[in-house]
Amino acid sequence: MAGKYVHQSILRLEDPELITGNVQFLDDIELPGMLHAAFKRSDYAHARIKSIDVSEARKLPGVIGVYTAEDFGDYIKPGPLQVPPPTAIKGATYVARTTMPIAKDKVRFAGEPVAIVIAESRYIAEDACDLIYVDYEPLEAVVDLEKALQPGSPLVHEDLPSNEAGHVRQERGSWEEAVKEADLVIKRKFFINRNAGAAMENRGIIVQWDKHAKQMTIWCGTQSVIALRNQTAARLGLFESQVRVITPNTGGGFGPKINTSLPDDVLITYLAMKLDRPIKWVEDRRENFLATTSERDQVHYCELAVKRDGTIVGLKDFFYHNTGAYNPYMMTVPLNSQTHTVTNYRVPNFLTEFYVVFTNQMIVTPVRGAGRQYGVFVMERMLDAAARELGMSPVEIRRKNLLPANAYPYYTSIIGQDFVEGVLDSGDYPTSFQKTLELIEYDKFVNEVQPKLRAQGKKVGIGVACFSEGTGVGPYEGARVTVGGNGKVVVTTGYTSQGQAHYTTFAQIVADQLGVDVKDVKVITGDTGYFGWGAGTFASRGITVAGTATHLAAQKVRQKALKLASKILEAPEEELELADGVVRVADIPSKFISLGDLANLANPMRGTMEPGAEPGLEAVAYYGPPYGATGAGAVGLIIEVDPETMQVSLEKMAFVHDCGTPVNPMVVDGQIHGGIQMGIGDAFYEELIYDENGQLVTASFMDYLFPQATDMPKKLVLGHMETPSPLNPLGIKGVGEAGAIPIPSVFVQAVENALQETGVEFDRDTLSPSRIFTYVQQAKGA
Amino acid sequence: MKPAPFEYYAPTSVEEALATLQSLGYDGKVLAGGQSLIPAMNFRMARPAALVDLNKVKELFYIKPTSDGGLAIGTMTRDSVVEKDPLVSERFPIVPYVVKHIAHPQIRNRGTFGGAIAHADPAAQIPALSVALQARFLVRKQGGERWVNAEDFFMGPFMTVLEPEEMLAEVVLPPMAKGSGASYQQVSRQKGGYAQAAVISVVVVDENKRCKDVRVVLFSVGETPILSQTARKILVGNVPTAEAIAEVAEKISKDEVDPGTDIHGTAEYRRHLVKVLVRRGLTEAFERAK
Repeated sequence: MAGKYVHQSILRLEDPELITGNVQFLDDIELPGMLHAAFKRSDYAHARIKSIDVSEARKLPGVIGVYTAEDFGDYIKPGPLQVPPPTAIKGATYVARTTMPIAKDKVRFAGEPVAIVIAESRYIAEDACDLIYVDYEPLEAVVDLEKALQPGSPLVHEDLPSNEAGHVRQERGSWEEAVKEADLVIKRKFFINRNAGAAMENRGIIVQWDKHAKQMTIWCGTQSVIALRNQTAARLGLFESQVRVITPNTGGGFGPKINTSLPDDVLITYLAMKLDRPIKWVEDRRENFLATTSERDQVHYCELAVKRDGTIVGLKDFFYHNTGAYNPYMMTVPLNSQTHTVTNYRVPNFLTEFYVVFTNQMIVTPVRGAGRQYGVFVMERMLDAAARELGMSPVEIRRKNLLPANAYPYYTSIIGQDFVEGVLDSGDYPTSFQKTLELIEYDKFVNEVQPKLRAQGKKVGIGVACFSEGTGVGPYEGARVTVGGNGKVVVTTGYTSQGQAHYTTFAQIVADQLGVDVKDVKVITGDTGYFGWGAGTFASRGITVAGTATHLAAQKVRQKALKLASKILEAPEEELELADGVVRVADIPSKFISLGDLANLANPMRGTMEPGAEPGLEAVAYYGPPYGATGAGAVGLIIEVDPETMQVSLEKMAFVHDCGTPVNPMVVDGQIHGGIQMGIGDAFYEELIYDENGQLVTASFMDYLFPQATDMPKKLVLGHMETPSPLNPLGIKGVGEAGAIPIPSVFVQAVENALQETGVEFDRDTLSPSRIFTYVQQAKGA
Repeated sequence: MKPAPFEYYAPTSVEEALATLQSLGYDGKVLAGGQSLIPAMNFRMARPAALVDLNKVKELFYIKPTSDGGLAIGTMTRDSVVEKDPLVSERFPIVPYVVKHIAHPQIRNRGTFGGAIAHADPAAQIPALSVALQARFLVRKQGGERWVNAEDFFMGPFMTVLEPEEMLAEVVLPPMAKGSGASYQQVSRQKGGYAQAAVISVVVVDENKRCKDVRVVLFSVGETPILSQTARKILVGNVPTAEAIAEVAEKISKDEVDPGTDIHGTAEYRRHLVKVLVRRGLTEAFERAK
C-alpha cells in the first residue's frame, strides 16, 4: 500500500536537529539546585550483609545524605511484575521474586546497590561511596545454570525450595510417534551465552518535586513512560496525573530501558520528595554492564526426528534459561526462544520444555531479538546437523521443510509472549529463501568460486539460514491527532522513541490521510503530559501497533474535516478531497477551505454546537491486534577464515526481509543494518562473562567487545519482500529486531563450511578466533 | 566513573615541569595524552595525588632529523603526527605502519609517542617499536639528565626505570642500517583493539643475502616487550631459509614468550599465534631487506 508519503524513502525529519546537536539528552538537563546520586554497589555476587557503616561518608563535605535499606523503612519492597505470568499456558508453573530497589540483609548479584549517596556533585557522591564500609559474609554463588537446579545447590532466594523460577512445557502431536516414524533422530546440546543491550546512551533519571503544585516531573530515557508513571504514582500514593514522565531524546534502548521500579526510579523519586531538591542520576558504563539487565544464557538439549529425505517429523527441545537474581520480566525471553524453534518450518510433532533458573547474576530481560534468535539458532543448527548426517545440502533440507507460501494463516499450536496461540498471519518463506540464494549467488559460489579458492588453499565458506519474527504484539497503543489553527498537525502518543524514526514514519502515515506536507506534522512521543495511555516500546511493535493507532486517529480527523467542510463548502463529502493543506471540491479548484480555518471553525467560541459533536479537528484512536504480525526472511553469508590465525572476514552477506508494507523503506534498511551489526556482535564478539564467584569480568568496553563499523560485511545486499499483513489496515509487520535474529545461525554455519575438511562442528555461538582454534584442535584430536 | 580528587599542575616549560615533579616526589604523575591514565583514573584504578600536565609545554612537541640519518622525537609528539610525518615515513617506514595499529584516529590525535613509552603497557605498540629500533631515551630531572637504552627501560607491566621526579623528554631513533627490512604482524580481535599477539621484526642482510642482524620483538605475550635471542642465534651469519625461519618461530613460541589465558584467547592459541606471526614477519622482513 503506497501513498504520497507511505512507502517512500523520505529523509528522517528528526535528523537535522540531531546532527547539528540542537537537541537535549538527559544529561544536558540542568535544574536549579539539582543534586546528584551515586550508588554503592555490592562487590559480592552472593553475600549476607552483616553491617553497613556510612558514618565517614556522611561527614564528607558536599554530601547531603547517605541511605541504606533501613533508612527507607517499609517503602523498600520487591517491585511489581513488569510482565504477567504465563497462566494462559496449561500446566505452566512459576514463582515471582522481583527486583529489590536496594539490598536488604542479602545481596544477590555483584553490582546490586547497598546504599545511595546524594551529594552536591557526582564527584563528591562517588568519593562518599568509597567511604562506605560494608561487612559481608560471603556465600557460595550460584553461577552454573545446570548445577543451580541440583539438590544441595546454594539458594538465591532462601525462602524457596530450589532455584527453579518456573517451568513451561508445550507440545503438539506426539514426539513418541515422531520417533517411531523417523528414519533418524539427531541429538545435540547447545550453549547460548549472555549479551548486553549496550545502548550508546546509558540509562539515567532526573526527578523534580514541586511541593506547591504537588506535582512530580521525571525525565527518563525509558522505553515505557506509562509504566514508569503508574508505578511511581502507586508507590508514592499519588494520582497518575500528579506524575509527569518525559523522555528526552534518547540514545538507543534495545530492550533494557523497558524496565521500571528499578533502584534508581524507586529511590530517587522518594528522595527528591523528601529532600525537596531535584536529583539527577546518570548511569556510567561500568554500572550499565554490572547492574542494567542483560540477556540470557541457555543450555538446550535438542532432538530432531527426520525422514531419510530430510523431512522433519518431530522436534524435542529441553532447555534451561538463566533469569538472573530476580525475575520481574517473567518469561518473555524463554517463551520467545521456545516459540521460534518451531514457527518457521513445518514441525508436525513437537515437545518443548524449559526451566527458568535463578542465579547470582544480573536480571535477564529482553535485548533486541529477545530470545528469538536462539529458538532460530537451535532449529537452524539441528537442520545443519541433519543435513550433514543425511548427506544433504543445507539448502535442500531447508527447502524441504520451510512453510509453503499457501500455509497462512498458520496456527502454530504454541503460546507465545502475548499469551495467545501464535498465528503466522502472512508470508512467503520459500520465495524469500530463493531470493536470498540468488542474491548470495549460492550455486555459483558452491560450484565455481569455492572449489577454485579452496584449490589455492583458502578457507572460504557459505551459510544460509531462515527466520521468522513474531512482532507487533498487543495489548494496545494509542495516538491523538490534532489539526492546529495554523493548519499544521500534531500527533501525540504514549509510545516512546530511542532513535527509531517515529517522528518521520508516524508523520508519513498522518500526512497521507490529511493531505498535508509531511514537514507540517509534528510527532510528540513519550510524554505522559501529552498522552497517558500505552504499553511501551518493545517487541518490534512501534509502527505496527502505535503506527496503526496513528493511522486510525488520522482517519477519524479526516472524516471530521470532510463532514465540516461539506457544510461550509456546500458540497457532498464524496466530492471533496484533502490535499495541499486544504479541503477542496474536486472539480472546482477555487472552492476550498484550509485545514487551519476548519480547525478554528470546529472550535466555536460563542454560539451553539450540535449535540454529541466533539470540538476541534482532533481524534484519539487505539489499536490492539488479536495476535502479533509475523515478519520473516532469510540470510546468506560468505566468509573467509585465515587457516592459521582463525581470523574470520565477512566477505558478503545477503539479507532478504518481509515486513509487509514498509512505511519508509530507507528506515527499514537502517533497522536491518543495525540489527545485522548487533547479530554480528552476538555471533562473534559480545559476551558477558561471569567467573565462578559470579563476578562480571567484562564490565567495560575494553573487555566486552562490541561490533564496530569495520566489522560489518565487506559487501551487504538487502532484498525486500512485501506480503502485507491482513491484521492492520496498512499491512505492516515489525522489523526492529529482524536483522539481529538469524546472524548467529548463519555465521556458525559459514565458519563450519569454511573449515569443512577439519570436520569441526560448533555447539555455540560467539566464535572468537581462539574458540574456533580450540574447536578445530579438538576435532583434529577426535 | 569520576576520578578521585587530585591536584593539577600545568607547567609551560620543561624547567617548570621538572621543578614541579621534584617538589611532588611520589605524589606526582605526568599527564601526557591521557588516553590510558584518564580512563584508569575514572575507574579509580589509578589515584594520583597530583597531575603534572605537559600539554602546555610546547618545547616537547617536535620531530627533528639527526645528522646521522636518525630522528629525535619530542616526548609529547602526538601519535597521529608521527603517523603522518613525511620524514618519519622516509627514514623509518615501519614506524607509521605500526602507529596506525594503535587504537583509533581520535585516540592517536591525543596519545603521545613518549607517553606510551613511559606508560609501559605490555600490550602497547610504541614500547616494542622502540626496542626493535634500538631507541635511546633522554630522561631528565631537575638539574640532571641521563640516557637509557630502550632495551633497559622496561621493568615490568606499567613499570619502567623512571624515578618519580624524572621525565622522559626525548626519544632518539638511530638510523636504519643499510640492507635492512622490517615487518609488523599483529592479531587483535578488532581493528584498533589490543593485540592478542604481535611481533615487530627488523632484519639486516649483507650483499650475499646473509643475515647480519635480526631483532624480533614480541609484545602482548609477556610482561614487557620481549627481544628474541633465539632469532639472533639461529639466523645471524646464515641465509634465512624458510626452514630456518620456521625453526626460529617454533622456538620463540615455545621458549621465549609467556602468554596467559584471558577471556579473548587461550594461552595455547596465543602461543600458536606467536609462531605464525614470527614466521610471517621474518619472511616479510627478509623479503623487504635491501
